[in-house]
Amino acid sequence: MLKSVKGQKEPEKIWKVGEFSHTLYYKVLFMEEKLPGTNSLNDLNDIRRIMERSSRFVSLSGLSGVAAGICAIGGAFIANSYFSNYYGVYNSRGFTTGDEFSQLKLRLILLGGVVFLMAFASSYYLTWRKARKAGLPVWDHTSKRLAWNMMVPLMAGGAFIIGMLRYDVWIFVAPACLVFYGLALVNASKYTLSDIRYLGYCEIVLGTINMLYPGYGLWFWAAGFGVLHIIYGVIMWNKYERNN
Amino acid sequence: MKNPITGLNKVFDNRIRLGVMSVLMVNEEISFNDLKQLLEVTDGNLATHLVNLEENGFIKVHKGFIGRKTNTTYSITRQGEKAFSDHISALENMIKGVK
Repeated sequence: MLKSVKGQKEPEKIWKVGEFSHTLYYKVLFMEEKLPGTNSLNDLNDIRRIMERSSRFVSLSGLSGVAAGICAIGGAFIANSYFSNYYGVYNSRGFTTGDEFSQLKLRLILLGGVVFLMAFASSYYLTWRKARKAGLPVWDHTSKRLAWNMMVPLMAGGAFIIGMLRYDVWIFVAPACLVFYGLALVNASKYTLSDIRYLGYCEIVLGTINMLYPGYGLWFWAAGFGVLHIIYGVIMWNKYERNN
Repeated sequence: MKNPITGLNKVFDNRIRLGVMSVLMVNEEISFNDLKQLLEVTDGNLATHLVNLEENGFIKVHKGFIGRKTNTTYSITRQGEKAFSDHISALENMIKGVK
């Protein structure tokens, strides 16, 4: 295949290494060998990477979990102070009025909303930051699919809990939150880093145990949404983000 | 021994076509824009390769609209799935052969 170079013009490319110059007589030496499939390992890696990236939202940050957990614990502390105020009045006076009870309800619902918004905003920001660092879009078809698949169990849970509140069944609110949230996470794990499924399992187990001790709802709530989120977040951060 | 290279599909020699097929294996359907973003290629380049894949019968094209904007989505065909898995097995065999 190599054509004789005798009598032909000298190749023009000359490499200099230190004092020596190296002349390239045969260009073929520097040509890439292009047998089909020589890059099969690279091809397989590329395929895997593209499959992963196109079907899962990989930018979810572990720090998001930590931030949400901190918000939840803060919220639980404030809720606890509301409760101790309310029961303090009840214990000293022997009764509370219906007004005071509905005020407590309203404050708890508002607190819940604020905690949710803060947790959502901080998680969103941290995930957005991670995506931007990696040069990936935050709102693409993977995150849309993730959001939708989380929404379905969460909406069902929300409707269920509102239904319970209509009948003043307060004690099962915390377990229902935990169980439905756990189901949402397990469902979502197919569309993001799959480790989140273990967080989902833990939430479900915790919510189920909470059914046996309904009076400790706030504690379980703080453990599930606060402590578990923080533990999960730190593990995820350690596993996926620390080295980058 | 059978030459492992015979199992490789010529159509998938190209990285963009390989990428398109990888995406479609795990996504029921995907829009042109999402594909473009994922594979980081230009409109014209991607379109050419998509036509090639369609002519080979490996992908299906669905033309639709979102409001007034066209929204073209792609999905994989039975034949495409088969061709792609054969290609992957061939790649795997080749790596096993090297070891």
